[in-house]
Amino acid sequence: MNSFTYTNATAVDTAVREKSTNSRAAFVAGGTNILDLMKENVERPTHLIGINKLAALATIEDNPEGGLRLGALATNADTAWHPEVEKRYPLLSQTILAGATAQLRNMATNGGNMLQRTRCYYFYDLATPCNKREPGSGCSAINGFNRIHAILGASEQCIATYPSDMAVALAALEATVRVSGPQGERTIPFADFHRLPGDHPERDNTLEPGELITALDLPAQGFEKNFTYLKLRDRTSYAFAVVSVAVGLELEGNIIKEARIALGGVAHKPWRVIAVEETLRGETATEDNFRRVATAMLHNAQGYGHNNFKIELAKRAIVRALKQATEMNQALDANAFLNSNP
Amino acid sequence: MIKQPTNLPAGASSLPAPPSAGSVTLTINGVQRHMQLAPWTSLLDALREYANLTGTKKGCDHGQCGSCTVLVNGKRINSCLTLAVMQEGNEITTIEGLGTEENLHPLQQAFIDHDAFQCGYCTPGQICSAQGLLNEGRAHTEDEIRELMSGNLCRCGAYVGILAAVKEVVDKQSSK
Repeated sequence: MNSFTYTNATAVDTAVREKSTNSRAAFVAGGTNILDLMKENVERPTHLIGINKLAALATIEDNPEGGLRLGALATNADTAWHPEVEKRYPLLSQTILAGATAQLRNMATNGGNMLQRTRCYYFYDLATPCNKREPGSGCSAINGFNRIHAILGASEQCIATYPSDMAVALAALEATVRVSGPQGERTIPFADFHRLPGDHPERDNTLEPGELITALDLPAQGFEKNFTYLKLRDRTSYAFAVVSVAVGLELEGNIIKEARIALGGVAHKPWRVIAVEETLRGETATEDNFRRVATAMLHNAQGYGHNNFKIELAKRAIVRALKQATEMNQALDANAFLNSNP
Repeated sequence: MIKQPTNLPAGASSLPAPPSAGSVTLTINGVQRHMQLAPWTSLLDALREYANLTGTKKGCDHGQCGSCTVLVNGKRINSCLTLAVMQEGNEITTIEGLGTEENLHPLQQAFIDHDAFQCGYCTPGQICSAQGLLNEGRAHTEDEIRELMSGNLCRCGAYVGILAAVKEVVDKQSSK
C-alpha cells in the first residue's frame, strides 16, 4: 500500500470540507473495497478521512414519507437483520444476505455498498489498459475475457458491471440517496445515482466532488407480500452475481397492480425498463406474460463473446423470479435467501 | 517505541521507523495496548507484528479467505481489510482471547473432537468466525451454518468436521 495520512472525522460538514479541499483524499468507512483497491494500487489516495465515528449516520429509523431511512454508516449486516427491514422490506434483507460473507457484511456500510467499484479483472490489473482506471488507455475487456461483463448499456469505452446486490433491490424499491456536499444537502433518485459508462467510465455515479452519502431513504411500498431476489452465480455462496433479478409485485388475486423488475450483473448500474414493467399492469400473472416481459427487457442486449450466455440466462431468470414472487413458495422465512440459490 | 517487523532483511539490525508513525491504542482481549504504527498498518498486521499475537493468520490479505477473522465488539470481521487506526476504542477479540491451553473454549474442544482441521492454518479464523456466528444467533440448521461460514475457506478440505464442530456448539447453546 502507498503511504497516506489519516484523520477521523468528527462532523459531516467538516468531513465534507476536508474532502472537497483535497482532490487526493478519500472517505473510508467499512474499508472492504477501498483498502483492497489500495493494496492493489488501483486507488492511491494520499489522505483518508475515517467517517466511522459519525454515529448519527449509523441509525435506521422511520422517515417522513412513511418509509425507512437507512443510515449510510449502518452496516449491511445490521441493516439486513434489522427487525423493520426484515418485516417491511424482506426483499432488501434477503438481497443483502445474498452478497459477500458474514465478516464483510459486518464491516461494509450501506453508503459504501453504493460506491463499490467494478470487479472487472482488467480494472484490477495495472498491467492492462482500462478506461475506468486510466481514462483514454483503452478497454481490455471488449476483446478480452469478458464472461462477467455487461450485456446492457455498455459503451465502446467500457463494458464493466457494477457488482452490488443491495443496489439491485434498492433500484426495485425506488430508494432515494441523501447526500451532503459543499453546496449543502440534496437527494438523488436511485435511478439517477449510478450512471452508464458512456464516454466517462471513470465516473461510476453522479456524486459531485466532496459529496458524502448520509442515508438511503426507502419509500413506504416494500412489496413485502410478493418479492424475490434470484441470484445466479458460479458457486452458491460468496460469489458475485453473473445475473441477478430483484422483483417486487403488488397483486390483487392473480392480477398485477404493480411490478418492479431490476437486474444485477448485467450493466454499469442496476437495470430497469420502466416502460416494460408498466405493460404488466392489469395483466394476469402468467408465465406467458412473464416471458414477454423478459424478452422485452433484453431487447437491446449485446454480448461480447464470453458473456453471450447471459442474455438467455437473464431472460430465464426474470421468468423464474416473477414466478417465485407470484407464488411466494419461499415463504417469509428469515433464511429464505438460502432457497433462492439455483 | 516502534515494534519492528519480525522479518528483517539479512544483516539488518533494525529498520527505520515508518515516517508518519502515530500513537494508537487498541483494546485487545481486554488489555489496552499502546503502539506506534503508520496509518496504513492493517489491524491484522498490528495484531501480528506489533502486539505479537500471531494466532490470527494472514492468508489472502484481501478479505477472501477468512483466516484473519477476529471479533470487534462481538462481531466477526476480516482484520486484513481494516486499519489499526480505525479500530481505536473498540473491543478486539482474537483467538488468544477465546480460550487457553488449560481451559479450551467449547469451539476449540469441538474442533478437536470432530477432527475439524489438518494443517490448522485456517482454524483460528474458523473459530473466531464461529463465535461470531453464535453471537448472531441466526444459524441453526446445517445449511444455515454452511451459508454463514462461507467466508472461511479451508484448503485442507476439513469442512465436514468444521460443520460438525460448529453444529455441536450451536445445538448446545440453543438447548440452554
